[in-house]
Amino acid sequence: MDLIDILLSASFWAAVIRIASPLIFATMGELICERAGVLNLGIEGIMVAGAFAGWVAVYAGLPLWWGVAVAMLVGMAFGLVHGVLTVPFGLSQHVVGLGITMLATAAAYYAYRIALPEVTTPPRIEPFQPLDMGWLTDIPVVGQALFGQTALTYLALLVALATGLVLYRTPLGLALRAAGENPSAVEAQGLSVTGIRIGAVVVGSGLMAVGGAFLTMSAFSSFFFEMVNGRGWICIALVVFGAWAPGKAVLGALLFAGFDALQIRLQQTGLGAVVPYQVFLMVPYILSILALVLMSRRAEVPAALMTPYNRGER
Amino acid sequence: MRLEPIANPGLARSAGLPAAAIALTVVVASLLALLAGADPLATLGLILKGAAGSKFALLETLNRATPLIFTGLAVAVAFRAKLWNIGAEAQLYAGALLTVLVGTQLGLPGPVALPLMALAAILAGALTLLGPVLLKTRLGVDEVVTTLLLNFIMLLFISMLLEGPLKDPLGMGWPKSEALPRDARLPRIVDGLRLHWGFGLALICALGTWVIQTRTTLGYEIRATGLNLQGARFAGIPVNAVMVKTALISGGLAALAGFSEVAGLKGNLTLDISPGFGYTGIIVAMLAMLNPLGVVVSAIFVAGIFVGADSMSRAAEVPTYIADILLATALLFMVLAIMLTRFRVVRG
Repeated sequence: MDLIDILLSASFWAAVIRIASPLIFATMGELICERAGVLNLGIEGIMVAGAFAGWVAVYAGLPLWWGVAVAMLVGMAFGLVHGVLTVPFGLSQHVVGLGITMLATAAAYYAYRIALPEVTTPPRIEPFQPLDMGWLTDIPVVGQALFGQTALTYLALLVALATGLVLYRTPLGLALRAAGENPSAVEAQGLSVTGIRIGAVVVGSGLMAVGGAFLTMSAFSSFFFEMVNGRGWICIALVVFGAWAPGKAVLGALLFAGFDALQIRLQQTGLGAVVPYQVFLMVPYILSILALVLMSRRAEVPAALMTPYNRGER
Repeated sequence: MRLEPIANPGLARSAGLPAAAIALTVVVASLLALLAGADPLATLGLILKGAAGSKFALLETLNRATPLIFTGLAVAVAFRAKLWNIGAEAQLYAGALLTVLVGTQLGLPGPVALPLMALAAILAGALTLLGPVLLKTRLGVDEVVTTLLLNFIMLLFISMLLEGPLKDPLGMGWPKSEALPRDARLPRIVDGLRLHWGFGLALICALGTWVIQTRTTLGYEIRATGLNLQGARFAGIPVNAVMVKTALISGGLAALAGFSEVAGLKGNLTLDISPGFGYTGIIVAMLAMLNPLGVVVSAIFVAGIFVGADSMSRAAEVPTYIADILLATALLFMVLAIMLTRFRVVRG
């Protein structure tokens, strides 16, 4: 039984957590934006920009963590543009988001071509290494998965935990959620809906960029065109699948990563000899659509999602 | 700050702001050229020359504009109803696939084959968008994500066919389909000039879409649905049926881009017949403010930037991706400028 072998292998579970990590960063980023009332379709491009910015910073000689910071700042800059255009100016979140995706993607490709005009094979950096937690890593099946990841993976889990705590346990989180549900109530409290929403988009976009940077700085060690490959759109589906709750969204990301890791391994088995590889590659996208369909009936969409707030309008 | 509607925007405002958006885009272009170590004026000059500096360049621009008119129309029709069709890329490939299937597999003579190819393509594109739209109207599934994800699924599906049953046995191992027979291709508009009847068909479609939008009940219903869904429903407009009709038109138009590229230009199906025409259609439609006749103008403008940037990057050390950055910034500046022609920013 191929399937049993795969499910019992330590490398499978390690891959699940690894594949889930960038999705967790970016899904948390999107979730923060949407809870504040802003759909951020810039996610795909911001991930590309983050993947490039973090990688090129390290390639230029900065330490790895500085690379993460650079990626985050680049993501926040694009988030600021998105936030200013969609929140105070109230422009279509669909159009601005897609525009940001095109802009960020093209900017990353342009910068890559300027920085490395002559290369044919993408140069490599020394990426984040898996941590060694001694005997914990040697636990059969799950040891590597839980204790043999790179520091960025643990950061992703911390970010998810912090997102949950801030959203549900702090006044800031309450204000942010209210901005996405009932903005006039926030304004009645003397808080600025505009400020909260722009802040959420900026922070969320920073997280998306770190998710992108995970790809070039932890999962792989080079920057390729097309490397984000729809992961951003999948994260938007994961937010819906997780019913806008951080915990459920992380579970969704893990589940999704499980199927993704499984399809890669199934390609190597007898099944892969019969079924064209493209069918396996379709699985993640089809699953995302299925997830949306399954969750559509009981989704608790933030009431003011995609509704611009103009003070004084009733 | 808050926004206050302007009752009667003056000419200075309604013409000046879009002009300022274009000017700002030119400034961005200059900065990008400087960043690449090139002379900004020379770079802009090379882009202009490459886009429209000769008869050859101009025809190349019109050729590149052809699929963009189709995808731009597809987006314009859909966005007017606030149906967020981001899947024109998938619909384009569905159309290209059916074009090749009908053109190579049925062995029909050209005059019969060409209209059948186009009809099959339209049907395929319409059906590709029908799925996400039915999910939206029946189950409330957001169409943005489903149409986006379908783009990836469709490309993998085409790749599978091109490496399997549709693979050209004489293709030296490349994933491409058999070529269409000579008489199943769109003829040139003028002999000897590299511009095919796909462009003519695109103009006809633009006119037809304009007539639908401005002169028919369906066009009125589409606009009402897009402006205020609940209001339209309350007024007795069958909004779900309107959404489905919009989707069929939009998907069909996007598919014609695939038909026209295969039957007019390439002659066979490969995985690179579209360098993102479906996504660029969004820029084309927004720059045209969703006006079908404006789409023709903006598609030629956008195509000119692409063709010009390609030709410029062969001469100067400026990467061709400058075109994509320019168009994305033009889009963002333009939507902001258009909004500011109708609203004034007030303090407080």
